[in-house]
Amino acid sequence: MAATTQPVPAPVEDTQAKVKRSPAHFDRNPAKAGWFTKITLAVICVLWMIPLLGTFLTSFRSLDDVQSSGWWTLFTKPSSIARLTLSNYDKAITGGADMGRDFFNSLAIALPATFIPILIAAFAAYAFTFMEFWGRDVLFLTIVSMLVVPNYVAFVPILKLYRTLGMNGTFAAVWLAHIGFGMSLAIYILRNYMATLPKTVIESAKIDGASHYQTFFKLVLPMSVPALASFAIFQFLWVWNDLLVALVFIGPGDNEPVTVGLTHLKTQLGQGWELTTAGGFVTMILPLVVFLALQRFFVRGLTAGAVKG
Amino acid sequence: MVTKALTTIITIIVGVGAALIVYWILNKLAELLPERLEDRIKPYLYILPAFLGIVVYLVYPAVLTVINSFRGPISQNWVGFANFTTLFKSHDFQQTLINTLLWIIIVPAVTIVIGLTVATLSDRLRPGAEKLTKTIIFLPMAISLIGAATIWRFVYDAEPAGQNQIGLLNAVGQLFNKGPVDWLSTDNFHLNSLLLMVILLWSQVGFSMVLLSAAVKGVPVDTLEAARIDGANERQIFFRVIVPQIRGTIVTVFITVTITVMKIFDVVYVNTNGGFNTNVLGNQFYNEISTNLNYGAASAIVVILMIAVAPLMWYQVRHFKSEEAA
Repeated sequence: MAATTQPVPAPVEDTQAKVKRSPAHFDRNPAKAGWFTKITLAVICVLWMIPLLGTFLTSFRSLDDVQSSGWWTLFTKPSSIARLTLSNYDKAITGGADMGRDFFNSLAIALPATFIPILIAAFAAYAFTFMEFWGRDVLFLTIVSMLVVPNYVAFVPILKLYRTLGMNGTFAAVWLAHIGFGMSLAIYILRNYMATLPKTVIESAKIDGASHYQTFFKLVLPMSVPALASFAIFQFLWVWNDLLVALVFIGPGDNEPVTVGLTHLKTQLGQGWELTTAGGFVTMILPLVVFLALQRFFVRGLTAGAVKG
Repeated sequence: MVTKALTTIITIIVGVGAALIVYWILNKLAELLPERLEDRIKPYLYILPAFLGIVVYLVYPAVLTVINSFRGPISQNWVGFANFTTLFKSHDFQQTLINTLLWIIIVPAVTIVIGLTVATLSDRLRPGAEKLTKTIIFLPMAISLIGAATIWRFVYDAEPAGQNQIGLLNAVGQLFNKGPVDWLSTDNFHLNSLLLMVILLWSQVGFSMVLLSAAVKGVPVDTLEAARIDGANERQIFFRVIVPQIRGTIVTVFITVTITVMKIFDVVYVNTNGGFNTNVLGNQFYNEISTNLNYGAASAIVVILMIAVAPLMWYQVRHFKSEEAA
């Protein structure tokens, strides 16, 4: 009776119910996850996790097992489960690879290289947000434009500079480099955040006789904690996971961080698979914990910085 | 281990303490000045360390790099454009450029497609399931690319034919009686480069997903309602209503990932060190300063990189200005 080509949304008897449901019908996701959605996401998630799971299991297997069979044999031949061992970790951390030492070095590099840039950037962001001075906008624009200058420009000139100063291989050499490299982004993010703080609060502090120094430490810093936290996580992960800067300015040796340690664990002990997996997890454990514990701040920081634009 | 732990703590305290003391001193110095002068000088003192950092580590090296790109291997004599012409004439470097270009063409686009897919689809799950999905995709971002290389070795590994394969891909091949393929040394159709890109994708898709997901959730509901009332189907709504409204975020993610990819180094360095025709600019740069000790060529490569990045930089600054104006 009705024109067959016209799509009929719902049987007539349903109309009444549909009208009632309409507010819910218009929520964000009228199309709740169907089969297609669920399967696609499940496949992607499994693909994403398999490599990590395989490496994790491998890190507990003996050298013989690793070389003679894939990690999935743990599931197909349960007998090999009995041979799982912690000895890879033992060797990787305390043995010749000395990843335990590297772990402390990474801490000594990453913590100051996270804290110092934030302090410096926060001071600058404060000045750019709450102080009036000649050339403010030009200076700020210069900083923002440095965001995309590849830090590769720095390696050769700074390497030479460090050589003259005898700074190569020191922690300070890497701290300073990360301060320079991370500064533009840090100022950009923190200034954007500080610009959203209520100006009246800062002005009334001024009227009450607070100096800029006091306002900064007692008022603006505590109010900026969300932005500081998210940038801190970002910078910490970046520095901890960095290979190039550490390779160029510190290199292999007593001060090497975990990334450098893992690199020459891979090249020196080419066959030592069981050590590279354990070593790999020594490099990953802290960033993973930080990430999982503070994911909320990290996501908030990322989105605050970019989504608006 | 205990002494190491102690020296680590001391190092951290010294580093952080030094930074705090610098500002304390700067502030005290400013307070010594007469009040009117103090107010004028203080802002500059507050931005001074930040500016010093940027000038010493980015501006000054950038200028020096441009100069050095016209000088010889140890930057002593002028050679004109010789560094550039030698590079561009070299077959290896041409391949390096092509490979880098492939990375730039493929990785940002695929990152956005997968990121947007996960962002849109997971938006339809129950909150718990959505969070889990996102965490799984996002997790590799916390792992260094050298760690990722260790992980993916167990996917790409090849053992001699006849032996048990311990790499996942070849083990699957073995199930179907296919001989082992040495994936990372197979450069037919740039297969090995593509496989290296997969590692970077694995690590970076989470970033794009998080940003795009926030943007998708920010699309005003009434625009979706209006489209639905007008009879648009889900696909039309996605392409004609959602995508245009999150274009800004897509561009931001695209630019960020493109810059990352232009500078890509770790993935290639630890997996193949540029062998088997997988070389990229970043890795070649490292080879020039570490193995070849040719600072002229290294500087020339960075200049090429800077020229490639310049349009993005222009866009970013302009973008920032328009945001300020709004």
